[in-house]
Amino acid sequence: MAFFVARRLLYLLPVLIAVSLLTFSISSLLPGDLAYTILADQATPENLAALRRDMGLDQPIWWRYFSWLGHVLQGDFGRSFRTGQTVLQAVSERLPVSIELMLLAEFGALAIGVPLAIVCAARSGGPFDRFMTGTAFAMLSVPTFLSAILLIYFFAVELRWLPATGYVPFAEDPVGNLRFMVLPAMTLALAEWPGIMRILRSDMIATLQEDYIALAKAKGLTPARILFVHALKPSSLTLVTITGINIGRLIGGALIVETVFALPGIGRLLVGSIATRDLIILQGVVLLVAAGFVIMNFIVDLLYAVLDPRIRHGHA
Amino acid sequence: MATLELTLDEEILAQPLKRGRRLGPLFWAAIGWVVLVFAVAIFADFLPLPSSTDMDMLERRAPFSAAHWLGTDGLGRDELARLIYGARISLIVGLCAPIIGLTIGGALGMLSGYFRGRFETLVVGSMDVLLAFPPLILVLAIIAFLGQSIFNLTIILGVLSVPASMRVARAATLTLSRREFVIAAQALGASHARILLRELLPNVILPLFAFFLLGVAVIIVVEGALSFLGLGVPPPISSWGSMIGEGRESLDIAPRLAFLPAAAMFLTVLSFNLVGDALRALTDPRQGAL
Repeated sequence: MAFFVARRLLYLLPVLIAVSLLTFSISSLLPGDLAYTILADQATPENLAALRRDMGLDQPIWWRYFSWLGHVLQGDFGRSFRTGQTVLQAVSERLPVSIELMLLAEFGALAIGVPLAIVCAARSGGPFDRFMTGTAFAMLSVPTFLSAILLIYFFAVELRWLPATGYVPFAEDPVGNLRFMVLPAMTLALAEWPGIMRILRSDMIATLQEDYIALAKAKGLTPARILFVHALKPSSLTLVTITGINIGRLIGGALIVETVFALPGIGRLLVGSIATRDLIILQGVVLLVAAGFVIMNFIVDLLYAVLDPRIRHGHA
Repeated sequence: MATLELTLDEEILAQPLKRGRRLGPLFWAAIGWVVLVFAVAIFADFLPLPSSTDMDMLERRAPFSAAHWLGTDGLGRDELARLIYGARISLIVGLCAPIIGLTIGGALGMLSGYFRGRFETLVVGSMDVLLAFPPLILVLAIIAFLGQSIFNLTIILGVLSVPASMRVARAATLTLSRREFVIAAQALGASHARILLRELLPNVILPLFAFFLLGVAVIIVVEGALSFLGLGVPPPISSWGSMIGEGRESLDIAPRLAFLPAAAMFLTVLSFNLVGDALRALTDPRQGAL
């Protein structure tokens, strides 16, 4: 196991370096001058030259990369030239909102997807199975922003049960916080459950054909016990796989959902920084999100290894 | 007994035909919708439509009428014309970007799957780096610096769809390279180029094409999401995504302004998914594969 972790860690390092290189080159090589953006209408040639010198923009590109990377490694991601906030402050303020949203969404998606997958697998080929498989397929074609609009229309505009936009911190008003979170989390869950259900369903159908399920039936165990205890457990690897695949989509989806429902999360910070051309924040957030994503995938890889010994020993 | 055997024979004979019959009415309905969207998008300039950009402040959010079949939007622009010109954007971006991804990714995948070695390590490694970014975040970051235009959007989404195509092509090439007909061609002294183009390509192209259709659906959604956020195609060009975004402002008075483009986008994405999935199931030998 230690060997496996070490090998994965060795692989993690070059990927993280490459991610930092790519993030840096997006913001440095592409057109769009930082000094010009900061000065805006006060951009005289003298001012521009002075600011470029101050920020080190006149230095060669490799020097700028290493100096930037050096600061990043010390935890200094830079400071917004609009609000004066550091990237770390801005991100740590907004991260809890995004994480709460994604966790609620993932729980919601599992709560819908797992029972449906079990019921469909138990009667695979039956009318309910075909109906739900069709529904799941159709739901995969509904973009996040589309279900967001539909949910807002029904629950906020027509029924007036829930607020369409807004946010209160959980610590201030837990009930109010959840009221604001229901629609955004539901939007994301609606996008995620079809994937969960489809993969788990086909996995369960395969599991139900195993010999030990036949034995369990022969022993006279109740169908519910067979389904939930004997068949669901081996499928836990599938669930981890799905969660791993979902993270990237979930981050993208959270970005849209946060913008639609005006939740002060990471996604809205990113979109806002693009609107105000706050390039330092943009660069820092992209780097942090990408690094977080890489590390999450690393953790999912480790989880596989814990769950399935074959991967640990390099047989699968 | 004889009659029973006869019917059995007929059933066995009918089995290969079932593959064709599996492409049921839903499949053809999807094809029909895609053809319709293509047709109106291509011939939009020749259709007797009101302008999609002319505003009429007296006719804002007008209901369905003979002059405006689907009414007008918040700025008095004809909704049907905007839908049809929006289809153009969705199709241009939705087709061009996956074509870029398919060409570059397919070529890289086949070369790395066929030659293996350092080249493969390099290609797979660099694709892993591209995949290390949550896609939407990367698109937004690049768009922010490059600026909004249809061309930039298409190129970026094209580059981002390279890794997926690469993986499909490489996986197919890896298994095919070990098959007898490739070994036979090698034994006959065929050049690498000949083996790649004449032996492997015809076999790799089918799964790639089915994948391409699913890619079109994904790209249409991403373009829609970006335009919805106001970061996709620049106004006044109409795009389904930006129309849904504008319609959101008037959900309480005229929900159809959001629902019409939403329905158009849903049907188009669903159609591409249906067709792509049906073709993938045909090219995928595994039974009951998802």
